[in-house]
Amino acid sequence: MAEIHSTSIITPKKSLFSLNLKDVFRSKDLLFLFVKRDFVAVYKQTILGPLWFFIEPALTTIVFTVIFGTIAGISTGNTPPILFYLAGLTCWNYFADSFKKTSNTFIENQHIFGKVYFPRLITPLSIVISSLIKFGIQFLLFLSFYFYFYLFTDSGLEPNMTLLLIPYLIILIGLLGLGFGLIISSITTKYRDMRFLIQFGIQLWMYATPIIYPLNGIEGNLRTLVLINPVTSIVEAFKYGFFGEGEFNILYLAYSSLFTLIILLFGVVIFNKTEQNFMDTV
Amino acid sequence: MSDTRLKVENISKQYRLGEVGTGTLSHDLNRYWYKIRGKEDPYSLVTEANNRTAKGSSGYVWAIDNVNFEVNEGEVLGIIGKNGAGKSTLLKILSKVTGPTKGKIIINGRIGSLLEVGTGMHPELTGKENIYLNGAILGMSKAEITSKLAEIIEFAGVEKYVDTPFKRYSSGMRVRLGFAVAAFLEPEILIVDEVLAVGDAEFQKKAIGKMKEISKEGGRTVLFVSHNMGSIKSLCNRCILLDSGRVTFDGDTDSCIRLYLNKNTAEINPNLLENKDRAGNGKLLFSNIRFYNEKKDEVSEIFSGGYLKLQIDYLLTETVNIEKLILAIGFQNDFAENIINFVTDEMGIVFPKSNSTKGTFVLEIPQLYLRGGRYTIRILAMEGGTNPENFLDELNSAGTLDVITSDFWGSGKTIRPGQFSFSNGNITLEEWKK
Repeated sequence: MAEIHSTSIITPKKSLFSLNLKDVFRSKDLLFLFVKRDFVAVYKQTILGPLWFFIEPALTTIVFTVIFGTIAGISTGNTPPILFYLAGLTCWNYFADSFKKTSNTFIENQHIFGKVYFPRLITPLSIVISSLIKFGIQFLLFLSFYFYFYLFTDSGLEPNMTLLLIPYLIILIGLLGLGFGLIISSITTKYRDMRFLIQFGIQLWMYATPIIYPLNGIEGNLRTLVLINPVTSIVEAFKYGFFGEGEFNILYLAYSSLFTLIILLFGVVIFNKTEQNFMDTV
Repeated sequence: MSDTRLKVENISKQYRLGEVGTGTLSHDLNRYWYKIRGKEDPYSLVTEANNRTAKGSSGYVWAIDNVNFEVNEGEVLGIIGKNGAGKSTLLKILSKVTGPTKGKIIINGRIGSLLEVGTGMHPELTGKENIYLNGAILGMSKAEITSKLAEIIEFAGVEKYVDTPFKRYSSGMRVRLGFAVAAFLEPEILIVDEVLAVGDAEFQKKAIGKMKEISKEGGRTVLFVSHNMGSIKSLCNRCILLDSGRVTFDGDTDSCIRLYLNKNTAEINPNLLENKDRAGNGKLLFSNIRFYNEKKDEVSEIFSGGYLKLQIDYLLTETVNIEKLILAIGFQNDFAENIINFVTDEMGIVFPKSNSTKGTFVLEIPQLYLRGGRYTIRILAMEGGTNPENFLDELNSAGTLDVITSDFWGSGKTIRPGQFSFSNGNITLEEWKK
């Protein structure tokens, strides 16, 4: 008799918190193959390949510098505008990518999900990880500009101990995007309305985040609103670490961390609840 | 020692018909309202049995209705049924793609499902990269795939192309690669849905052979859905028949297939008088056609080399000299080519004189040597000659007969479908009593 690896039971209702995280861990090979697929497939048959990862934020930064820095004249403090926008955009792109791509999980992958079972959580996780690689490349671009300004110009950049928090901040951004994405992807299996909202919602959200302006440049109710946004304190801490300028408040960061934790938990639970029957409604 | 690998208890699956839209939200809220008051789901009461041809009133159907069965270790269970009987839904529930509405399934062991070959393969990746990707999707670890990589490539027969992007593959190569990966899966329970209906004849044979090997040598449990009775017959040692989501038979393969084939006869309209596609002067009209097997059951499908009795009823609208009647019965393939013809004057058959205005021609074929496929029956009655002016009644498609490929020669191999066949038989006439 062959050795039996496991006994499993299929029932209509599963408990809200039977998350099968063990299965997710067991499928780590699949996770990495998905990451590889996402990463490799995008730039196959292109000449510049992953260089496109540089070109995209570089062009956006130039556009921002011209429009918001030069034409609109929004102050970036002592920080060179290029560096300021690049830092904000790099963080924001990672959040937006994690959010936007995971929010389509069920709809985009219905042909695979409809034919074979594997822990569905693998797919959004792989998206967050492949977005992290993209972030890494863009981060390198930022670093090279940063070192140029730091070493060769007299720009008053003051790197400080907050830099030690950078890895934590990056993980926080990814998980926050993942949490929101999981919730939206679960809702879109039945009601497609959310997809339209997300399209421009993320665009608008960026303007509620201190990407093109420093947090200390705004006051009053507007400031409260921007502070409620959980991305704000993460981006501000990121900038503070590199530039020594902006607002770094451990309380704000704690708020964002707690927010991320709750959104992520809620997202995983609702995603898990949806995954069993979504094929019937998607 | 046989061990229960899979136990399905009272599984039901409800589907909502029509579009998912505005109504869904209100139904969802209503459901939730019943649920918090501790009442039963209001929509499960009005849900109807799944009959796709009759329009229902409630908008909900049971695609799977209270299904129970067990599968033991090493068993190959065939699941057959008409389109829409719930076969694929059942497999989807078993492979966790979708959840049941009611019931419970207990699975002992790893389960691998093959509802499609090559799931998740990416066109931009190379053959080798896709083997890893597809293997991992199907539940293999990277190390497992690496250890079987050479075998998989060899089985698929794509050595030359392993480093070429998948999008450059021919459709046959894609299927081969997909099946090859799946063939090296090693779960205790394998679920297969009609994936063998792809690839060329040689590859199909290879695939069936591999499946047999998996179940026999591996001692693994296989659940197999197919419309191809030939492969069901050669693979499965037990079968369940699904009809409108219910299990109507559970037992040995041959009885199950027979039951299934008999059920299908209802779909043929046997009233030939309503058939408009006819020629001839109409002095004689064919009115009915029926097929029987050796057990005198009415059928629409027989096995290659099997017994067939064909009965054609006729009625006379004017006097016809039956002694001068020539009857031709042809079995035509999909291309309307006559594969077998039974013509009474060639066979030296003269019908006895008769004054009856109604009767039945009976064609009895002890062994019908037709290769697998669907055949159209053409019948033609002539009086006194074979020129068009002698035609009494001609029906180009009086009925269809499905011939199922089988192990005709007893060699363990099935006959490949093809064109030419040869058969022998006798035609007699039975008079109807007035």
